[in-house]
Amino acid sequence: MELILLLFIFTLSAFLGFELISKVPSQLHTPLMSGSNAISGITIVGALISTGGTDGSWFATSLGFLALVLAGINVVGGYLVTDRMLSMFKKKGN
Amino acid sequence: MNPVIINLAYIVSSVLFILGIKMLGKAETARKGNAISAVGMAIAVIFTLFDKKILDAGDAVAWAFVGGGLLLGAAIGIIAAKRVKMTSMPEMVALLNGFGGLASLLVAWAEFHFGDIKGADASVFTKISMIAAVLIGGITFTGSVYAWGKLSGKISGRAKVFAGQKALNAIIAIFMLASAVAFTAFADSQAAYAMLVAAIVLSLVLGIAAVMPIGGGDMPVVISLLNSLSGLAACAAGFVILNNVLIVAGCLVGASGVILTVIMCKSMNRTLGNVLFSGFGATSGSASQKLDGEMKPMSTDDAYYVLEAAQNVVFIPGYGMAVAQAQHAVKELAEILENNGAEVSFAIHPVAGRMPGHMNVLLAEADVPYEQLKEMEEANRILENADVAIVIGANDVVNPAAAEDKSSPIYGMPIIEASKAKTVLALKRGKGTGFSGLENALFFRPNTRMVYGDAKATINDLVSKFKDK
Repeated sequence: MELILLLFIFTLSAFLGFELISKVPSQLHTPLMSGSNAISGITIVGALISTGGTDGSWFATSLGFLALVLAGINVVGGYLVTDRMLSMFKKKGN
Repeated sequence: MNPVIINLAYIVSSVLFILGIKMLGKAETARKGNAISAVGMAIAVIFTLFDKKILDAGDAVAWAFVGGGLLLGAAIGIIAAKRVKMTSMPEMVALLNGFGGLASLLVAWAEFHFGDIKGADASVFTKISMIAAVLIGGITFTGSVYAWGKLSGKISGRAKVFAGQKALNAIIAIFMLASAVAFTAFADSQAAYAMLVAAIVLSLVLGIAAVMPIGGGDMPVVISLLNSLSGLAACAAGFVILNNVLIVAGCLVGASGVILTVIMCKSMNRTLGNVLFSGFGATSGSASQKLDGEMKPMSTDDAYYVLEAAQNVVFIPGYGMAVAQAQHAVKELAEILENNGAEVSFAIHPVAGRMPGHMNVLLAEADVPYEQLKEMEEANRILENADVAIVIGANDVVNPAAAEDKSSPIYGMPIIEASKAKTVLALKRGKGTGFSGLENALFFRPNTRMVYGDAKATINDLVSKFKDK
């Protein structure tokens, strides 16, 4: 049953994603891409569990740790660089 | 902590991601949207620390790894985000995509390894999810790193094609899928593990092989596609650890990446298949072409007089502006022209540059107000009444052959109709062709003048002429 629920969530999220951003001005294409890229760093949640929850296996912990560092760069770097870009988009006179 | 509370927190995170992405789609709310989605991420990370699996393991060593990994990743992320130059954004985005993909691969691998040690049999469904995370993550990682190499000029940006390349790539893909199927089918854990390792290696090889035949000008498509894939890899990892927030967030990113990919393909009037597999731009077809007329050079002195008298000027930037890092000089010239009484606007083609929205980012960095940045349709209306169109390092996106010459490989691609302006000034380093390898019919038009030289130097030259008058 849990699997079906997860698939259910997956399907609805896909449709939601398509509906959310059907029309984006081209000016925002880069921030949208790097901002959504930061969101894809959500895999950091999996990395945390793989790092902290694999007690007794050095190898699994190491894989998790590497994943954690990479996902951390993805998340923090992604959000900050998106913010930096968006801070530059100014209206005339501001 | 009660798993119900953690899951409730994940729901909050998911809602914040959805709101964040929605707000990222509008100029007025974009920055706030990004911040809201960052809050969602922070909530997800904090509540995951109370996950039963981590708390049960909870010795000092495990916590040291968790804390150390978070801090190290965050520190590198902060430094990278602060230091990166705006002209290097395409590379940065490519690299971050790759890291996300590799992280998802590693999560799936770690889960399989740990389950293997514990002697727990993974269900077929979990194994399918694992192998999906591994394959998508692996392709995303090396594909992104290779794209990063092309974009940063560490390897040639041209499409690399060789005889039998498609067949070779197909064989790699078939072997990769075969090992994936074997991984899910093998009950024996040692055999399954061997197949997993084979799938990892083959996915890494395929990532490079797939991006190799795609040239620099098609990078906007590749980057949006890799962005989509990094989301799908996270989504697959979510199925591995049965986690809602990974599935929702990963899927949202996957969908948004697909939409951007489609927009990019439409802007070139090409199909995704054509972009990925045709090796476009690898051959230079200039030899067979005969264009009427000749390229007429113009000195910056004469260009100054043309601009001095102009009432309506449209800048058309392309990748060449990024290469020459000319955006600040361009902004200065635009301001001078405005003070001289001219209307100034910038015509932005959706695929100008090396990533979606590349020109907008560069011009924003140079403080060009975004009301002056016009999308293609509006720009073409403005160009009808324009006195001067200044083409800066753009080539294929202004080539009239796309509209007129049915035999042209870029026929049908929507273009910025620079030739409608009374005078076209084309700033160009030399007589070379654009990404497509085509001669540009625009440069042979009677109303076009070529101003040769480094774009930045040329524009600075014009700026000083205005100042000296």
